[in-house]
Amino acid sequence: MLRLERRPEASHLMSYASPLIAIGLMLVGGLLLFTLLGKNPLEGFKVFFINPISDWYGVSELLLKATPLMLIAVGLAVGFRANVWNIGAEGQLIVGGITASAVALYFQESEGVHVLILMVLAGGLGGMLWAAIPAFLKTRFNTNEILVSLMLVYVAQLLVSWLVHGPMMDPDGFNFPQSRMFEDSALLPLLSEGNRLNLAFIFALAALLVGYVFMYRSFTGFQMQVAGFAKNAARYAGFSAKRMVWIGLLSGGAMAGLAGMAEVAGPMGQITEHVSSNYGFAAIIVAFVARLNPVGIFFASLLMALLYLGGEQAQQYMNLPSSISNVFQGMLLLFLLGSDVFINYRLRWKEAVA
Amino acid sequence: MILTKIIKKLALATLSCAMIGATQAAENVGFVYVSPIGDAGWTYQHDLGRLQLEKETGVTTSFVENVAEGPDAERVIREMAKRGDKVIFATSFGFMNYALKVSKSFPKTAFVHATGYKLGKNMGLVNARFYEGRYLTGVIAGEMTKSNVLGYVAAFPIPEVLQGINAFIQGARSVNPKAELRVIWVNSWFDPGKERQAALTLLSQNSDVITHHTDSTAVVQAAEDQGKYAFGYHSDMSKYGPKAHLTAATHHWGDYYVNTVKAVQAGNWKPGSVWGGYAEGMVKLAPLNKAIPGELQDRIRKMEAQLKAGTLHPFAGPVVDQSGKTVVAAGQNMTDDQLNQMNYYLQGVVSKIPN
Repeated sequence: MLRLERRPEASHLMSYASPLIAIGLMLVGGLLLFTLLGKNPLEGFKVFFINPISDWYGVSELLLKATPLMLIAVGLAVGFRANVWNIGAEGQLIVGGITASAVALYFQESEGVHVLILMVLAGGLGGMLWAAIPAFLKTRFNTNEILVSLMLVYVAQLLVSWLVHGPMMDPDGFNFPQSRMFEDSALLPLLSEGNRLNLAFIFALAALLVGYVFMYRSFTGFQMQVAGFAKNAARYAGFSAKRMVWIGLLSGGAMAGLAGMAEVAGPMGQITEHVSSNYGFAAIIVAFVARLNPVGIFFASLLMALLYLGGEQAQQYMNLPSSISNVFQGMLLLFLLGSDVFINYRLRWKEAVA
Repeated sequence: MILTKIIKKLALATLSCAMIGATQAAENVGFVYVSPIGDAGWTYQHDLGRLQLEKETGVTTSFVENVAEGPDAERVIREMAKRGDKVIFATSFGFMNYALKVSKSFPKTAFVHATGYKLGKNMGLVNARFYEGRYLTGVIAGEMTKSNVLGYVAAFPIPEVLQGINAFIQGARSVNPKAELRVIWVNSWFDPGKERQAALTLLSQNSDVITHHTDSTAVVQAAEDQGKYAFGYHSDMSKYGPKAHLTAATHHWGDYYVNTVKAVQAGNWKPGSVWGGYAEGMVKLAPLNKAIPGELQDRIRKMEAQLKAGTLHPFAGPVVDQSGKTVVAAGQNMTDDQLNQMNYYLQGVVSKIPN
């Protein structure tokens, strides 16, 4: 009889192999899905995973789409490692987009690099401000940060909706809910001509590097990891739990806010109600697929971005419904959770005991 | 066995893989949709137009549905342009800046953006005078109401939506000066839960004929459940409320798509701004419910003919706004400029406008 048996010790190998297994199973599942939908599975594979990145423009779009995921996921990973569950990055992204846009609109007459620098600061601080609310409530009243941060997403959505219908609305825009277009001085410089990839990608790479150093090479990062593994041990060692809550939430908020700034100052060039394309939630999947490791986050973000791009292509070239991207994301997460079981357990043949 | 079937198909696929090459037809028309097509609503009507286009011109079409009104739209539109689509229809307001940007890099491609206001060198605009249909539903509402209270579930206070609300009350008061209109804003184009809640609130506040400017069928369904009347919008929604659904102001894009594509094929397309109504066949009423008396049905048919002929204008003066100010003097019609800048309620609307 096949049995699940607890391993004496969590498998280190399995914890890294598990995401790869999940990706493999997702691909197999995808081939089956294409077949069941009556499509040629290999063509499906090609359209979904190869076509979107078959030229430099496609690659630049992939990197553009992955940039906010990288930023947010690395910020969230800092907290997740210490069991600080910030689920509200989506809201922090929106608020970062709002504060950065406020700077852009306030300085619309001025030239010079100070506009962008202020926007970066404003975006990061805006996200931190939004994340500070659950941090304060958690440390002061021991509220659940999962609920508070998640609910604040809806508050942020209403806030941006009100702003673009009111104070931030383009006066020459026929009452449509959007700001005016930003001046060039409020737009992130492009990395190369002919596509939309901008400086934010460099920010994301820098954030991954800083995140790596912080998580694996700093004492605070070590403390947070200990707190994640063994809360009581951390307390016994005198590590401040409140400090970890603050660091965990604020780092996620800052990065999400920066991602919001990168959206409004990047491919959008204005603020509308659609600041985020669900990056705040998708980044949670990215962080877990990546095992909360910055190197993994780099690759998981690319994969996640590819699922979005592939879904668009599958619609255009294979007449598949738009939900195809979600199906792939869902398979990825499901298979990951499934194979994660084998980090702590293993399969064993056992004689049935009478 | 399903498994052997799959294996066979996989094997076949491997063989035919080599044959996959250029999959696109030479002449293609691309459509960008903001929501899933579904079976009623804004995008559904555009998709009916797309199917009519395929049937009447023989061009191939492709579409991407559920495209967010954000940076993703630019990639979708650019992909269509890059692969050589001749005409690209971007069918939601939020695609405006992205479509305009892509149109600049593909000067030989024809772009058409629906419901926006930015015209490009190779980007035309299209919209429909939905308010003409609204006016007629208002007339029916004014005659059918017993409580003299009408209800309206609306998405966002942009001119297009306000035109609908104001045309509705103008129509109602043209036959029933006691009619008043209550509006609830749900701040969403598609949110069946909120739309239903808003509809039930209106019905509980004495409205007995309601309508909506949102994308779901929830308002019609709510009226059906409560035994009251409703008008659908975008599509004929009668199957969601056979008793409640008096009629609907419906959108028809097919002829416009056909004409545009034919003009592009003939090489004489010019990017212009088309704002078509009854006369162009872009706005129509869905079949009238039996509950509407025959005499009223006849009157509506006559008014439809007048709208077609251009002798009836929903905003013919005197038009008085909520504060009592005359916005259009007697003997004049509201101009298109005035329509495009509408940011107020007319007399008869008892709600306050947000902001």
